Amino acid sequence: MSTAAPPGTAGARAFVDTELIPHADAFDRDEAIPEWLLGSVAEHGWWGAVRTGSMVEFAALHEEIGRGCSSLRSLLTVHSMALYAVDRWGADALRERWLEPLTAGTALGAFCLTESAAGSDFTAVEASARPAPGGGWLLDGHKKWVTGGERAEVFLVFARTGRGVSAFLVEAGAPGVSRTPVRGLLGTRAALTAEVRFEGARLPAAALLGAEGMGTAIATGVLDIGRHSVAAGSTGIIAAALEGSVRHAAGRRQGGALLGEHQLIQRLITRMAVDLRAARALCRDAGALKDAGDPATLMATCAAKYFASTAAMRAATDAVQIHGAVGCSDGHPANRLFRDAKIMEIIEGSSQIQEILIAQHALTAAGAGRPRTPEGGAS
Amino acid sequence: MSDQTGRTIRDFVLSRFPGVELDDDVDIFTLGFVNSLFAMELVMFLEKEFGLRIPNEEMSLDNFRTVSAMSALVGRLRTPDAASVGEA
Ligand SMILES: Cc1cc2nc3c(=O)[nH]c(=O)nc-3n(C[C@H](O)[C@H](O)[C@H](O)COP(=O)(O)OP(=O)(O)OC[C@H]3O[C@@H](n4cnc5c(N)ncnc54)[C@H](O)[C@@H]3O)c2cc1C
Repeated sequence: MSTAAPPGTAGARAFVDTELIPHADAFDRDEAIPEWLLGSVAEHGWWGAVRTGSMVEFAALHEEIGRGCSSLRSLLTVHSMALYAVDRWGADALRERWLEPLTAGTALGAFCLTESAAGSDFTAVEASARPAPGGGWLLDGHKKWVTGGERAEVFLVFARTGRGVSAFLVEAGAPGVSRTPVRGLLGTRAALTAEVRFEGARLPAAALLGAEGMGTAIATGVLDIGRHSVAAGSTGIIAAALEGSVRHAAGRRQGGALLGEHQLIQRLITRMAVDLRAARALCRDAGALKDAGDPATLMATCAAKYFASTAAMRAATDAVQIHGAVGCSDGHPANRLFRDAKIMEIIEGSSQIQEILIAQHALTAAGAGRPRTPEGGAS
Repeated sequence: MSDQTGRTIRDFVLSRFPGVELDDDVDIFTLGFVNSLFAMELVMFLEKEFGLRIPNEEMSLDNFRTVSAMSALVGRLRTPDAASVGEA
């Protein structure tokens, strides 16, 4: 069957089948991923995958987790972005303090870019950091929709400084940092999302990532990682939609035949099965280019994210359709997949932002147009 | 040697933006065709093509503004001292 696991994820597949899928609807209902699960992910070493393995394997893992629970996969996404930023742009003191705990998952990271007035156009951030008397920085700002914000130990924060937008790693426990959980979201309801406020939060000099004013470049770099993860997680949603649909269609009779014997249902299943292969192939392509350090990975990742997220929405819609009323009911996996899939079309650069980036790339490559400066959208 | 570096960089920019007139001292960022994805592509291209790691202190926009500036950056990072900083 075409839902066969991507290579290298045998351990993850068993984990997802036994530890994740049976509980995912309860996590969704309770609006929280429990601590025991965060701990199991740490025991498997999966929090650190963005720096401990290849990016092809990273995507395969995030696909598997996404097949089970998009909320957990979202936590892995933003954590991976924060870890990647520390690894790539952190000063020695910051790396020494955070690289190991973040890799092991004994500390979790989250990503704070979006604000009320800064969504798809993240260059509009109003959070600001000014040099503190005696060294370091004082940070003020209000970040919204921070996945994992309720739970994370560190935040990757983007704020305006004298030289443009800069990136900082901020400890959640620092004075002047507070968070408010966000409840009742449409999808990824268990992802511990919060609003995070910084009110004169004092940061050490080493909290600055990269050079001052490098924030846009860092955001672009981490969003590329986030998109890769969301593309893979969306592929997992397609796999879950297909698995559930096939099971249901093979068991329920209507009109004198199994649902799966009706050609109109077969068409829906066909689309899911083909989209799964295509999305997986695009993720693998983007991952292989990343592993080779090839700049073409940036556009390949946009394409993978765009295709996989829109295909996940299609697949989840069709999964609800195939299940009929049952799929609409509270606590049914198809219901959850449908709500989670919609989020994938909005985060890490919405579908419209991907369309702008991909089309501009195609136009300029043909010598036919010049991009303006759309930004990538946050997580 | 540095001529060759400049040519390689120019070819990459032109492969992405065919038909643009690009002399080595033209400020790419004022031509209006650079978005942040392209800036990141430039970084990745230089790192892969010339086998370097661009350290934080060299990540200033000015180092990527012109073909000449990028050639100079590559030259600096290729000297043994700077290269070891880059790989730290
Ligand atoms: C569940 C969830 C989790 C999230 N987690 C995080 C997180 O961890 N960290 C974080 O920083 N942010 C997070 N976000 C925020 C997310 O990144 C933003 O929602 C996203 O960037 C879009 O911004 P916006 O919601 O302000 O929409 P807007 O930017 O206002 O866009 C609204 C609509 O207009 C379209 N649009 C915008 N600009 C253009 C344009 N130029 N051309 C055409 N159409 C356009 C968009 O595609 C969208 O359809 C999360 C959001 C959700 C829903």
